[in-house]
Amino acid sequence: MISLFITLAHPKGVLLRDLHAVAMGRLEITFGRLRLERPGMLASGIMDETGDSMARMIKSGAGAVVTKSIGLEPRPGHRNPTFTEVEGGYVNAMGLPNPGIELFAEEMEIALRAGPVVGSVFGSNAKDFAVLSARMEDCGACAVELNLSCPHAEGYGAEIGSDPKNVRSIVSAVKSSVDIPVWAKLTPNTSSIVELGRAAEDGGAEAVVAINTLKAMVISAELRKPVLSNRFGGLSGPAIKPVGVRAVYDLRGALSIPVVGVGGISNWRDAAEYLLAGASAFQVGSAVGTKGPKVFGEINRGLEMFMSDHGYGSIAEMVGVARE
Amino acid sequence: MLHVSETVKIIGKMRESKDTYTLEFKWDAPAVPGQFVMVWIPGVDEVPMSLSRIGKIKAITVKGIGEASNAINDLQVGDYVRLRGPYGNGFSIKKSKKVLAVAGGVGVAALIPAIKETGCDTIIGARCEGEIILDDVARKYSKSVWTSTDDGSRGFHGNAVQLAKKKMALRDYDLVIGCGPEVMLYFLHEACKENDVECQLSLERFMKCGAGVCGCCMMDRLRVCKDGPVFGTEELDGLSDFGTRKRDECGRIVDLR
Ligand SMILES: Cc1cc2nc3c(=O)[nH]c(=O)nc-3n(C[C@H](O)[C@H](O)[C@H](O)COP(=O)(O)OP(=O)(O)OC[C@H]3O[C@@H](n4cnc5c(N)ncnc54)[C@H](O)[C@@H]3O)c2cc1C
Ligand SMILES: Cc1cc2nc3c(=O)[nH]c(=O)nc-3n(C[C@H](O)[C@H](O)[C@H](O)COP(=O)(O)O)c2cc1C
Ligand code: FES
Repeated sequence: MISLFITLAHPKGVLLRDLHAVAMGRLEITFGRLRLERPGMLASGIMDETGDSMARMIKSGAGAVVTKSIGLEPRPGHRNPTFTEVEGGYVNAMGLPNPGIELFAEEMEIALRAGPVVGSVFGSNAKDFAVLSARMEDCGACAVELNLSCPHAEGYGAEIGSDPKNVRSIVSAVKSSVDIPVWAKLTPNTSSIVELGRAAEDGGAEAVVAINTLKAMVISAELRKPVLSNRFGGLSGPAIKPVGVRAVYDLRGALSIPVVGVGGISNWRDAAEYLLAGASAFQVGSAVGTKGPKVFGEINRGLEMFMSDHGYGSIAEMVGVARE
Repeated sequence: MLHVSETVKIIGKMRESKDTYTLEFKWDAPAVPGQFVMVWIPGVDEVPMSLSRIGKIKAITVKGIGEASNAINDLQVGDYVRLRGPYGNGFSIKKSKKVLAVAGGVGVAALIPAIKETGCDTIIGARCEGEIILDDVARKYSKSVWTSTDDGSRGFHGNAVQLAKKKMALRDYDLVIGCGPEVMLYFLHEACKENDVECQLSLERFMKCGAGVCGCCMMDRLRVCKDGPVFGTEELDGLSDFGTRKRDECGRIVDLR
């Protein structure tokens, strides 16, 4: 009700209807070698295991989709329960289920007809990451996102991505096997995410993505056991937003490559927070579950409104403003 | 919050057939006919089950076909079970509509709340007499409950869709609701199109999150757990996966036929 009132009472209120036309292109971002029409992407692991689903997210207003993290071989993931709601978000331990890069090529083909696709990959060593990334490039990915941060798959993700030395060597191995931009997705389950960011930059990453989920556990009091079959998992959703914003703020201050913000974004104000903290673009995951795919359109419209209210001509003008 | 999880105590257990039980529990979460819950059996699995009662006392009706469903059926009155949900869209039935419910096997569980709310005509099909379940419950709410068995041991000799075709020819239904094996639903959808009757069918796919997040239950561009599990005539027409393909736990395509 309050926001409705402000919209109507706003001196420029009459213009709001034409805003869409005026603002066409205002949401466009360029970062590194990429240009996206809209700054919000679908985060890896949410509704992005199949081509049709990824296409739906782009049509719903995502500027790009990041695929489910894909490995060399088909993997069923952990046994159920793999997911549960908690206050402020979700805890999941899907366990990196995926059909393997071979079969995923078909899904990529379908998704790419709708718009840009960033290929997320996971491996247990630098060579696997390099091979998978090269395959993603062949499939038509506009960039590759290295999952160095999944908190619940033994031998993968954060288990290797918590060590700056590994981050650096994996990024640089991938760098030498592809021409498309390489992004490193970082874990917040570390004493210094900035150190991981520096390692990624040293290795040649063109962007860092922060954050993946926070390691977490849920126990049933009556049944006296951890709920997830993997026992622990990763927390996502609104509860982790302040953690993500802090990570982006610090990374922006320490690195010269762009930062992509992710964690708990479910409306335009959350997205603006990340941009003002220093993110050049952002990703939305859990909110696609709570609000549905329409969340992308809502965020886009809200950002346009915010930009015109506050006199921003482009997303780039907002990036890092809260740091000044 | 819309979706909650809760650990509830089993307060009633009824045997419906040699391998199927109804388990009752108190749970005041709001629910509509056709919604489902994820049921956790510690150390075993977590699987989707439709709500066969949706009031303050809710129930699931489970056919034991494997490890998880048999473990649920081993639960006794007084045991605790953790549920997530209720999930999914459910049936959307306008009061004025003349409805026919068509169930195959344990699929009748998902239809009982809708039969209760509408008092609609009902067909319950199964392989043989011993597998016809919940017909006594349906009869409490509906004046016309017909049964069909593949072997002719009870009611109409044939399958539920063949019987539904006969009933559609005799009475003017506005809407058919259905739940059962996918091949059956595929032919039910065809039969409804032939008779120009709208339908809403409850479908199944492998589920993990149940909440529209993980993307493992996709049929074309739709999530069975969140956009479904109930799909209407037009959506079904647009689903190339309906009756033809599903995905396994890795996300690989598996042909149904
Ligand atoms: C929305 C929905 C509502 C359902 N409602 C009922 C119901 O009211 N009563 C009932 O008896 N059954 C219902 N089922 C089916 C029930 O979930 C399966 O019978 C059960 O999961 C079997 O598990 P299992 O370990 O006993 O068998 P398994 O031997 O492990 O599996 C047998 C088959 O069950 C199915 N299955 C197993 N795990 C899952 C899963 N996580 N998600 C979906 N399917 C799975 C697969 O098709 C599998 O091939 C429903 C399924 C869905 C998707
Ligand atoms: C169900 C689920 C599956 C996920 N799978 C992946 C994955 O495969 N790879 C990855 O890099 N991140 C994965 N994530 C993490 C998200 O991409 C994101 O970093 C995190 O959820 C925080 O964003 P959010 O709060 O908007 O969800 C997953 C998250 C969820 C909830
Ligand atoms: S089961 Fe996860 S999206 Fe449907």
